Amino acid sequence: MLDIRGLAASIVGKPILKGIDLTVPEGEVHAIMGPNGSGKSTLGYVLSGREDYEVTAGSVTFNGIDLLGMEPEQRAAAGVFLAFQAPIELPGVNNANFLRTALNALRRSRGQDELDAVQFLKLARAESKRLAMPEDMLKRNVNVGFSGGEKKRNEVLQMAILRPKLAILDETDSGLDIDALRIVADGVNALRGPDFSALVITHHQRLLDHLVPNRVHVLAHGRIVRSGGPELAKELEKSGYAGLIAEAA
Amino acid sequence: MPAVTETLDTVQSVTQSGYKWGFETAIEMDLAPKGLNEDIIRLISVRKQEPEWMLEWRLKAYAAWLKMEEPHWARVDHPPIDYQDLHYYAAPKKKPGPKSLDEVDPELLRTYEKLGIPLKERALLAGVDPDTVQQTQVAVDAVFDSVSVATTFRETLRKAGVIFCPISEAVREHPELVQQYLGSVVPVADNFFAALNSAVFTDGSFVFIPKGVRCPMELSTYFRINARSTGQFERTLIIAEAGSHVSYLEGCTAPQRDENQLHAAVVELVALDDAQIKYSTVQNWYPGDSEGKGGIYNFVTKRGACRGARSKISWTQVETGSAITWKYPSCILQGDDSVGEFYSVAVTNNYQQADTGTKMIHIGKGTRSTIISKGISAGHSNNTYRGLVRMLPGAAHARNFTQCDSLLIGDRCGAHTVPYIESRNLTAKVEHEATTSKIAEDQLFYCRQRGLSEEDAVGLIVNGFCKDVLKELPMEFAVEAQKLLAVSLEGSVG
Ligand SMILES: Nc1ncnc2c1ncn2[C@@H]1O[C@H](COP(=O)(O)OP(=O)(O)OP(=O)(O)O)[C@@H](O)[C@H]1O
Ligand SMILES: [Mg+2]
Repeated sequence: MLDIRGLAASIVGKPILKGIDLTVPEGEVHAIMGPNGSGKSTLGYVLSGREDYEVTAGSVTFNGIDLLGMEPEQRAAAGVFLAFQAPIELPGVNNANFLRTALNALRRSRGQDELDAVQFLKLARAESKRLAMPEDMLKRNVNVGFSGGEKKRNEVLQMAILRPKLAILDETDSGLDIDALRIVADGVNALRGPDFSALVITHHQRLLDHLVPNRVHVLAHGRIVRSGGPELAKELEKSGYAGLIAEAA
Repeated sequence: MPAVTETLDTVQSVTQSGYKWGFETAIEMDLAPKGLNEDIIRLISVRKQEPEWMLEWRLKAYAAWLKMEEPHWARVDHPPIDYQDLHYYAAPKKKPGPKSLDEVDPELLRTYEKLGIPLKERALLAGVDPDTVQQTQVAVDAVFDSVSVATTFRETLRKAGVIFCPISEAVREHPELVQQYLGSVVPVADNFFAALNSAVFTDGSFVFIPKGVRCPMELSTYFRINARSTGQFERTLIIAEAGSHVSYLEGCTAPQRDENQLHAAVVELVALDDAQIKYSTVQNWYPGDSEGKGGIYNFVTKRGACRGARSKISWTQVETGSAITWKYPSCILQGDDSVGEFYSVAVTNNYQQADTGTKMIHIGKGTRSTIISKGISAGHSNNTYRGLVRMLPGAAHARNFTQCDSLLIGDRCGAHTVPYIESRNLTAKVEHEATTSKIAEDQLFYCRQRGLSEEDAVGLIVNGFCKDVLKELPMEFAVEAQKLLAVSLEGSVG
């Protein structure tokens, strides 16, 4: 279970998150929506431990352990995965090699045996196929020269291989074509189970048709201004955020 | 265990912080008194049982050296070196000339084992087709301080007509070849350090590949400085006759000491018509500690002559060690359509200084050269690429391509690029590209978010940056070099 209490964070001294309370029970998928610049990506970064963000108040526990005191790689080992809104390019770094190094680092920290190159490729090929990704994506350099949609799909492939316990998907659906959207949603649905939970940041109801969330939260000006069931997303699609924000203010 | 695997395992086992090759071998040494003069040179010559002509050659070099001054144009900075405060000869005491590996001092064998250098001749991969095994075998010449202590696979090589032996032995056994080629690429008075080396060189490797022969295995020399207050002055000479091919690799380490030690080597390569020499270096001399104390001064002259038409010399270097590196492996492209290549990765961390690059001298028609240089600086270090491309009037339609990239880690280090281009032929073409980049914070975070430690992340990004050079190394050594890069950059972030 992810438990966020009174979380406040700033960047370069500018407060962005201003007291977030949010609980995601195990096995649930929650959607986060909200206007541009409201702090959604910031929340993802703070949960995964990006250094430039300063936590000024509050606490975050994940399955009882204090996430905020951990290094990013320790959080990854604890099962936190962030699919980046803008995935990063690593020139010269082979995608398969990157993924294998990451997977083995995670396996080591969990006391599991490392996978050799052959075992890994078998796994990676199977997952690529399931996500209908061209196999040559594994041979290319991480995100270098990938199209916008390919970058997003590569994030989902990484998630499928690394098998996190908490996935934070930051607008992974933006830029995806209709078929890809369905594949990505299926990818997340396949991971759904009692020890998987997800925070899905999105601007579109469309993803939530395939990936039905347990709860939907609206983030505005660094606070959660409204929470509800899946129907809340549909309502927002029609009425927009303006009314909600005015109501909260 | 297969020798290469053993080498790799050794490298793997030495990960995590600091220089792990820094141990000292306790062995009885035969040490010349400190200082440099004609008597010391005579003593070296006597110890090496050299013929008269060799002694004269040395004395001539010494006379030239006395009139020369230490060069100061490189972007490196060090306290003056007291050339009279060094030992110029240091050798493990032994019965004269071990004939087989069984006679090599076990303490020495253990040293090389610890370093991961296979001095035992054995099949690399048990149960594999012997033809492919042959390909991956590596013959090793091990030089310990001033002498070669063992050379492996000599019998196999001899059958192919290849001579691979300590240069001191070549001086005695193959004087006609040595006299013809020694100093023919790097003349005795070429520069201050080359002259010093010519006067006092003690050992190194000699390679001769006869006409039309493809050397049946990789050749490798492994240099180890052990004794205190000694200079290491090795000399390597490789001759590839018409149509022959050879791939040669050198590696080097030294114990961890507070004092600076001088290493001034000379390497000469000669390639005749259609011959190809591939010379790879993984340089890992002790770099000094994180405060900049101690470490090797590595002042090296390496030059290859492409004398024959269509000949090719390719230098690949991975430079991670030494307090100061001053080194410009060069090619003299004399034969028409000959090819010179220089692939370099130079890493500096802490207070290391590297001023390295190459010279491509295009003399013949249609000569081509490629320079790929990757400089990585971290800590307070300084990393300079200095390269010269010269197109002489006869170099019609010659071409050069230079790519020079720098990667900075942190903001207290420096990267500098100093290209010199001289073209005296209008049909010759020179291209130069250069970039400088930093490891971005978001790249590190991305890797760490996926579970990599910060140091593994840096290692991965750096290896990606160096890929174009690492792929030029023989496969086994490429893996070793990758590990070495990661180790040298430890503690460079955060
Ligand atoms: N380095 C920075 N310096 C100053 N302001 C920043 C910095 N990084 C983020 N911000 C600001 O923080 C606020 C929240 O940004 P964040 O990326 O979390 O928004 P978001 O909700 O994800 O928006 P979007 O829907 O557009 O992705 C924005 O106003 C942004 O400009
Ligand atoms: Mg965002």
